[in-house]
Parts: sequence; structure tokens; C-alpha cells
Amino acid sequence: MDDKPKTQPRKAGKILLEELTGGPPEASRSGRLRRVLLVPVLAVVTGLLLGGLFIVLTSEEVYAAFGQGLFNGLGTSFLVAGRAYAALFTGAIGDPARIVTALQSGDALAIRRAFNPILESLVASTPYIFGGLGVALGFQSGLFNIGAEGQIFVGAILAAFVGYSVTGVPAILHLPLALLAGAFGGALWGFIPGWLKAKTGGHEVINTIMMNYVAFRLSDWLLSGPMKRPETFNPVSPTIEPTAMLPRFFEQPIRFHLGFFVALGVAWLVYWFLYRTTWGFALRSVGSNPSAARYAGMSTVRSTILAMSLSGALAGLAGTNEVLGVNHNLAMAFSSGYGFDSIALALLGKSHPVGVVLAALLFGTLRNGATRMQVAAGIPIDIISILQAMILAFIAAPAIIRTIYRLRQPDKGEQIFTGTWGGG
Amino acid sequence: MAAITVPQAWVGPSTTRQRVMGIVFLFLAFSIWWLFGRTASGEQVTVFNLTPGASTVIVPDWQLPTLSTLYVLAMVSAVLGGVQLARGFGRWTNRVLGLVAGLFIFGFLVWAAAGKSLNLAGLINTSLSRAVPLTLGALSGVLCERAGVVNIAIEGMMLTGAMVGSLVGSVTHSLWLGLLGAILSGLLLSLIHGVLSIKYKTNQIISGTVINILATGMTSYISAKFLQHYEQLNNPGIFPQWPIPVLSRIPLLGPLLFDNNMFVYAMFLLLAVIHVGLFFTRWGLRLRSVGEHPKAADTLGINVFRTRYMAVMLGGMMAGFAGGYFTLGSVGRFDEVMTAGRGFISLAAMIFGNWTPFGSFGAGLLFGFADSLASKLAILGVRIPSEFLLMAPYVATMVVLAGVVGRGQMPAADGVAYEKE
Repeated sequence: MDDKPKTQPRKAGKILLEELTGGPPEASRSGRLRRVLLVPVLAVVTGLLLGGLFIVLTSEEVYAAFGQGLFNGLGTSFLVAGRAYAALFTGAIGDPARIVTALQSGDALAIRRAFNPILESLVASTPYIFGGLGVALGFQSGLFNIGAEGQIFVGAILAAFVGYSVTGVPAILHLPLALLAGAFGGALWGFIPGWLKAKTGGHEVINTIMMNYVAFRLSDWLLSGPMKRPETFNPVSPTIEPTAMLPRFFEQPIRFHLGFFVALGVAWLVYWFLYRTTWGFALRSVGSNPSAARYAGMSTVRSTILAMSLSGALAGLAGTNEVLGVNHNLAMAFSSGYGFDSIALALLGKSHPVGVVLAALLFGTLRNGATRMQVAAGIPIDIISILQAMILAFIAAPAIIRTIYRLRQPDKGEQIFTGTWGGG
Repeated sequence: MAAITVPQAWVGPSTTRQRVMGIVFLFLAFSIWWLFGRTASGEQVTVFNLTPGASTVIVPDWQLPTLSTLYVLAMVSAVLGGVQLARGFGRWTNRVLGLVAGLFIFGFLVWAAAGKSLNLAGLINTSLSRAVPLTLGALSGVLCERAGVVNIAIEGMMLTGAMVGSLVGSVTHSLWLGLLGAILSGLLLSLIHGVLSIKYKTNQIISGTVINILATGMTSYISAKFLQHYEQLNNPGIFPQWPIPVLSRIPLLGPLLFDNNMFVYAMFLLLAVIHVGLFFTRWGLRLRSVGEHPKAADTLGINVFRTRYMAVMLGGMMAGFAGGYFTLGSVGRFDEVMTAGRGFISLAAMIFGNWTPFGSFGAGLLFGFADSLASKLAILGVRIPSEFLLMAPYVATMVVLAGVVGRGQMPAADGVAYEKE
């Protein structure tokens, strides 16, 4: 892309767009934007529609209504789905009417409560940004890091340990130390499969899966003994020192904290690393064509180990963020699938930092909204896993979306990630 | 593609490997003495009960003097290590490694139960029942991967099989219909896997991840919305023990092998059928050729896509069946995420078992043993955290995968989508 003679200084946004699309700069800007966004947007929309269908199909209310007549049934179907998604929306973004009343009343607590949903969505998005960046960085270098979940746990373990065991240190030192510890924990859990892949050829998919379960058992053990809070029988670690907590910006009940901006900063760093440094270039080259990269004198061994370690570090930060920003302790099964969802959102974001941040915002919003949906509409929160699985399926097989909406098949190169099991 | 050529280039144990193995044997021998022998006293006796729980076929207990047994075990291991260093066991190295590892585990049991009694038969019995879902899941993996389709969705298929099995079994009041439902639900998910990875050539790991996320979401959703509220939807009962008339009266072996529920017998039957099918029939040869070199298979007139679809569907049915074990063969009700990663241990067992049915069974048995021993540790008063034993299957698989114990023979075209030209 950079071999073209530059007649005018190109804007950062334009460069970004080109890198996002990987496409030639001939097409118009809006055309390219459309091409990039079309399949992901349609995948999300289709996923939401099918999710609505699923909600309707599993609703006793709908079946009862169909017993009273077809139109009655159809009407109730739309009502049930609409009510569920309305609850999702107010849970994720907030109730517009309530926001207006709160602003008019001028009551600080009411305003905080009215804006809480949207800020809570950002809180839920933060670990997704870290996790998605981790998986995406792996994809960029041709590696499938399915072990984000385990790396999240190990990152959280180390962050929590540094958080409660180091005392009497000012926040300016303690917080970065805890963050680094978490990143290191994840990096270690990524380094091992990366090293095994580079040195022995053991496939990183299997090894990261195995590392996941080693991490789960490790945290089970630590929380049942060495790291358990002394005064309770529950498997939970002591509360971390206030100096290690990611500061919150508002008073209760808003949990919005510095972690979100740390995540955005890290996303920018990942972007800079991948697209503006030699090492990042080597990483991407090894990812797109290992033999060409090797021929060009790049070390696939170093690149593989580096990529897995960095990928792990990012995932580790996701766990760290939860411990330092939200929970303030380490509990069993605190992550609940962030690592696996990250795979879906990394693909949804086309493995690009900007795309990942957007996808993470979407997933975080959905997750937060689903909590409200569970309370208000009686829809189990697990509906978001179903949505995410469908979105992932459509993203991974864009041909399905193209067939449904009768879109033109692309020339080539739609496949985002084509690494295989057998190596390469 | 470097990773593919390595296993083919590996022909026999190298001299370095021979030496390393010798040192490993000696180290294990030393460990038996150092870890166990040192802390056992001369008068202690280890008692192993050989009559599992409720059996009526009584076998006398097996009494061993703790210390001398440990010394014998250490000595045998040391001698094997010496022979390995001096001469080398060549092709037999891995088997001898298995033997020495077995001696080490036995030494551990003798030490752990010193001055107490341990129900060895019960331990083996639990290992076998824990091995059933692992082996069946691994068989699902073997079927898929031998045809060149990676199946990391065993976990999701098992989970769905478990849920559907319980639901259908409860609604129809028939265990067999529940089992059929479990198998069909696995089949349905495998069709998604097949369409995504064979037709649309999606990366097979991603397609497997789709199924895992979908299955977790779907089963938890239905469980939270229905199964937890209506007890009659989640109460299928379990398959009873079926003692085989004469064989179950054999001392020791009878209660262990011939007094089980349907799933155990089915597992042995399926093991034999799939082993023979894969390695001694035309069908199996075709399936394997599609997994090794699809282009060559295609040239010879084998329909690669159809073969892969068939393999994936059979694998899905197998995983659904394995899932049925959890609700219909063991617990009798469905709980959210009740498979708890057993699908991934199945994957590990398949790799550990070198992509073969009986190898998978061996690995499943070993992992099942680690699992059942882990729950016994606290009773025995051993101060080793049980979590470390539960980690063992995963660590062992990584070691095997790294080629430390000889490299596995992964199908060459495993995970590679086939493009017809």
C-alpha cells in the first residue's frame, strides 16, 4: 500500500480504512466502508433476528396464544420478542424517558442511575476489548489462541496476588505493578504454547485448550488453599488494597473505571505495534505467508513465541481488569466465557484493533443488556451465547449471509483466517 | 507444512532419546524410594480390598508389606533404567516407559494406603465408569479426524446430548427414546459442523467453537427456563446395572467388567466395531485416505465430501451418545455445563491415544483413573492437592504432543478443507 507515490499527505483515518479493508485505494471511500461493514452488520442483524425467533419458540406464552388463534399467536410472538429486545435495549443503553426526567430533576443520584446502563455497558466491554485484542493479535500472526480463557484466569490470579499481598505502596506504583503482573501471568500462559509450537510443532490449539484447564484447576487449588480469604469458607481471595484498584470516576452505583481507557490505549498500542513497527510487520508476514517470511529472513520461531506471549498478555489484562476494576478480588469462575466470546468478536472485528474495539462494544452492550432482559423479560442470560454463536457462524461463513441476502459473491480473499490444524 | 513432515521423518528412537528415557526410568526409581520409601516404616502393611462396593463375589484382601514392596518396585524400575542406558529397549521403549510409570503409580498407591486399606477394585471400577464418556468422546474425535475434519466441538455435542437425553427421556418416560434423542441432537450439531467446515470451508476450529458456544448457551437457556422449573422434564432415571449371567460371577474380573450398565458394554462393542471398521474394511481405508491425502483419494474416485460428511455425522452421533451417558447413565438429571470440560479431555485422550480407538480407550482409562484417584486422596489423607492430579491429563497430553514420548501420527490432512479442482 505504501509503494504508491504520495501526492498529498494521507489522513490517518484513510490509512486506517485501507488497512482495515486491505483493499486497493481505487474504490470510493463509502464503497469500501460499505464492503467492510456489510457482512458484519448483516451477520449481527441476522443473529438478532434468529435470536428473537428462538425466544419466541421457547415462550410458553406464545404457544398459549396460538391455541387461541393464528393471529393471536403471531401478535403475541412479536410482542414477546419486542418486549425482550426492548428490555435488552433499556438495560444496555438506558431508558430515554428516565434520562430526561432525571436531567430535569437535577438530582445527582437519579442522573447517575439513569446513565448507569450505558456506562455499565462500557464496563462490560472492557474485558472484551482486551480479550479480543489478544485473540486478534494471534490471528494476525497466523495463530489460533483458543486459550484466552486460561490466560484471563492466570492474569487475574497474579493481579489479585499483587493486589492484596503488596501493601504500603502508593497507587502510582501499585496499580501499574498489578497491571504488569496480570499481563505477565497471561503472557506466561501464552508463552508456553507458543514455545511448544515453535520448538516442537505441537499445535497451539490443542495446547492452549489444555492450558485452559490447567489454569482452571490451578485457580481452584489456589482459591481453596493458598489464596483463600482466611475468615471465610468461600473460595474467594482477600480484597485487594485500594491502591491497586482501577479508580472509578463516579460515585455509587456507577462502576465505570479507568480500565476502559486503559483498554483503548492498549488497542492503540496494538495498532501501532502491528502496523508501525518492524516486529509487528514480521508478525503479520509470518501470519499471512510463513514461507515467504522465512525466505525474507524473518524468524518464524521468534515471531510465533512473541505473538503467543503478547496475545496471552492481552488476554491476561482482561482478567486483570476484572479483578482490579470490578470485583476487587479473585473468585472461582469469575470470567464466565470472556475468553471464548473473544474469539467470536476478534473475527467480527476482522482482527483489526479498531474492529475489535467496535465488536467488543457491541458484545459488552449485549451482555449488559441481557442481564436486564433476564430480570425484566424472564429470558435467561444465556441467550447472548446463542446470539454470539450465530454471529460467529455468519462471520466465519459469509457465503451464508450472501446467499440469504442475495449479495454478489466477492472476487476473493474474504476468508479472514485460514490457518489450519496441520500446521503451516 | 513443516509440522506435517516431521512425524513422517521420525522412524525410530534416537540415541539421545534412549539415554533420556534411561535417565527418566532411573529418576522414577529414585522417586519411588525418595518420595515413598523413606517415609514408610518397616512394620506397616498396605491392604488392598479387591471386592468392589456392593458385589457379592467376595475376593480376599491383598496384603502387602509397605516398605519391602516399595523397595522391590524401586529396584525393578532401576534395573529397567540400567538396561535402557546400557542396551536400550529400541522399539519397546515406550511400552517399558508405560510399565515404569505404572510401577510408580502402584508405588504411590502402596505408600498412600500404608497402614490403611484402599479399595483397589472400587478404584478401578470408578476409573472404568469415568473412562466411558471420555472414550466415547474420543471415538467421536477419531471418526472425524481420521477423515480430516477436526472436531473440537465434542464438548458442545456431549453437553447437548446430555440435555436432550434427559429432556426426551423424561417426556417420553423411555430411556431408550431419550438416548435416541441424545444421539440425534449430536447428529444435528455435527451437521452444522459439516456444513460450515466442509461446504463453506470455514476454519474447522472456528466452526467447532461456534458449536461449543451455541451448545453452552442453548442448554443453559433451556435448563434455566424449563428444566429447573418443571422437575418432571428433568427426571429420566438411569439405565440399570445389567450383570451378565455367568461372567459376572468370575472373581475380581466379573464385578469389574461384567456387572455394569449398558453404556460400558456399548463402549466395548463400539471400540471393537470402529477398530475393525477403520483398519480392516474398505470403508475404513477410504475414510482414512480422505484424511491423509484427499486429493489422491478423489483421483481414485472416492467422494471426499460425502466421506467427510459421513464421518462427521457418525462422530456427532457418537458424541451425542457420550453425552447421554451423563444424564441417562450416571447422574439421572441435567445440570448446566455438567460435562465440565470432559469433551476436551476426550480430545486429549484421542491425541494421547494416537488417533486410534484402543489407544483412546487406554488414555481414557488413565485419565479416568486420575479423576477417581483425585477424589480418593482426601480420604486417604494424602497432602497432595487433588487439583494437581486433575491437571495430569492435560499436562500429559501436552508432553505427548511435544514429541517427548515419540510423536503421534496425526492424519496428514487433518483440519485442511478440501477444495475440489
